[in-house]
Amino acid sequence: MLLYVVRRLLYAVPIALGVTLVVFSLVHIAPGDPISALLPNEATEEMLQQARKEFGLDRPLPVQYAIWLGHAAVGNLGVSIGSGRPVADEVAAAVVNTVILAVSAGLLSCLLGFVLGMVAGLRRDGLIDHLVNLFTISGVSLPHYWLAILLVIVFSVNLSWLPPLGVGPDTSDGWRPDWAHLRHLILPTLATAAIPMAVIARTMRAGVVDVLDQDFIGTLRAKGLPPRRILWHVVRNALPTTLAVMGLQLGNMLGGSVLVETVFAWPGTGFLLASAIFQRDLPLLQGTMLVLAMFFVFLNLIVDLVQSATDPRIRRS
Amino acid sequence: MNVQMTIPEAGPRVATAPLLDIAGLRVAYRGLAGWTQVVRGVDLSLAPGRTLVLLGESGSGKSVTLRAIPGLLREEGARVEGHVRVGGQDVTTLPPAELLKLRGGRVGFIFQEPMTALDPVFRIGDQIAETIVQHRGVSWRAAMATARELFDLVQIPSAERRLKAYPNELSGGLRQRAMIAMAMSCEPELLLADEPTTALDATVQIQVLLLLREIQRERGTAMVFVTHDLGVAAEIADEVAVMYAGRIVERGGAEQVLLYPRHPYTRALTNCVVQGSYRDQRLGELSGAPPDVSRLPPGCSFAPRCPARAEDCLRHEPDFRSLAPGHDAACLHPSGPSADPSSRPGVPAGSPKGH
Repeated sequence: MLLYVVRRLLYAVPIALGVTLVVFSLVHIAPGDPISALLPNEATEEMLQQARKEFGLDRPLPVQYAIWLGHAAVGNLGVSIGSGRPVADEVAAAVVNTVILAVSAGLLSCLLGFVLGMVAGLRRDGLIDHLVNLFTISGVSLPHYWLAILLVIVFSVNLSWLPPLGVGPDTSDGWRPDWAHLRHLILPTLATAAIPMAVIARTMRAGVVDVLDQDFIGTLRAKGLPPRRILWHVVRNALPTTLAVMGLQLGNMLGGSVLVETVFAWPGTGFLLASAIFQRDLPLLQGTMLVLAMFFVFLNLIVDLVQSATDPRIRRS
Repeated sequence: MNVQMTIPEAGPRVATAPLLDIAGLRVAYRGLAGWTQVVRGVDLSLAPGRTLVLLGESGSGKSVTLRAIPGLLREEGARVEGHVRVGGQDVTTLPPAELLKLRGGRVGFIFQEPMTALDPVFRIGDQIAETIVQHRGVSWRAAMATARELFDLVQIPSAERRLKAYPNELSGGLRQRAMIAMAMSCEPELLLADEPTTALDATVQIQVLLLLREIQRERGTAMVFVTHDLGVAAEIADEVAVMYAGRIVERGGAEQVLLYPRHPYTRALTNCVVQGSYRDQRLGELSGAPPDVSRLPPGCSFAPRCPARAEDCLRHEPDFRSLAPGHDAACLHPSGPSADPSSRPGVPAGSPKGH
């Protein structure tokens, strides 16, 4: 097990390096000059050259990459061209907001998805299974931004129950789990959780159905185990796959949803990414993408480790 | 005279009531085209400590009959008629809580494929211990200690390490030994084995078979053993019941049925076995394929393939008729020499295991 952990950690290093290369290349391959967006139209060629030199954009790309990577390694992601503030600070603030939303939506989707999937799988082809099926097919099929707009129309505009925008009052000590903040969290949570919940429920259902068809269920029955003990075996067998899917879904949510965050004006990473793109804010875009990509590398690592701890067959391969 | 009385080691138990008593068992499964009758009236009984081999081809209903004994067909959605009594309790009407006590407690079950029949994400030791805890109500520690002793019983070396192993870490032979340990963990009176050696290598097969016979004799456990392998049957059986198309067609002492078969189907089966002196000779063969149980012909279901078919075979489904004491066949025209001990001096009556 320890050997597996070490090996898996070593694998993560080249993956992370590859990610930085892709992030850097993507941003620089994309058309458009950030400097011309920053300076007024009547700026002279001399002024443009001067600005490029200031931001280090006049050097060869490999050199720019090496410098950027060196700075990124010590947490310096440069300065936002748009706001003039350090990229690291901007990203950190956005990450906090996205994490709040992701944890809230993650808890909801994992718990509900797990329970719905399990019940549907145990009652295969029963009424509950068909209802859950309908629910989850709707969940994966509805565009989440559309659901977000619908939630705003119903609960904010028509019913006036919940606020449509923002994270809540801007208090000095930041976000707190009080009602003033939580009521802003409800609608974004529902919109964010819908798809992951449906995906998790479908995975869990498929896992449970698959396990129930296996020969060893017959053995457990022939041993005289009561249904709840057999259920424990079913869950333990269906869990590794479901955990992996939960991890990836949580990763998606931690990445922040550009569309949902835009609809609710939720100042998270998705929102930040969108504004960086519109403002051609190269350092901000690079920094945000890098942090998000690293999130995914880290999350995949955690998922693999948890999975290998729950399924002995993975450790061997 | 009862054939069981001719076997000395079974002597004291003969007077007791049968441990297993199956009467008029009929099983149907729901398919796309309605119910299909896969077991069509099976009667069996077995005294404590004896071994019965259910012999037959795939689809003859032998495994379904076996799974009916601990009531496993309930969870499969099958329609079960008739009675299955184990030690006087009727499994078909037993309340669920009582049925759970019977399964794994009084009746142990060994499956064919030890790889898929063990839970892949639980340690072997835990899978055995949970059975013991369930039935005995002892502590987990005590149950693990019992599991350790069971591993000695089934001759698994390095028991401590193997108890902590997962099923995929053991060889097929070791897995099946662990399966036997699990089935024997609560000292059942009746052991049910569904082709337990079929999935194993030939050399491992015989080891596991001998182990099973040894344990079963040592502990006085009765056993119903399902197989399609005549060699395996001859090795382990006290009694044999041959199944064809959901019914028993011949039953009796192992020697009677295997050496002096009277039903044409059993005769055809025994003709297919390779024996030393028959090398380079053409084997007997049975033409045709087993019938589709959902579309059986009228009359005897074996008649279409039967070399000794007479005209009346196509009209009447034959009842059992006694051919010798304890030896019955469901055939209108049984053939072959009788197994009556008085007519064949020099062959010791009873056990077929001497040869």
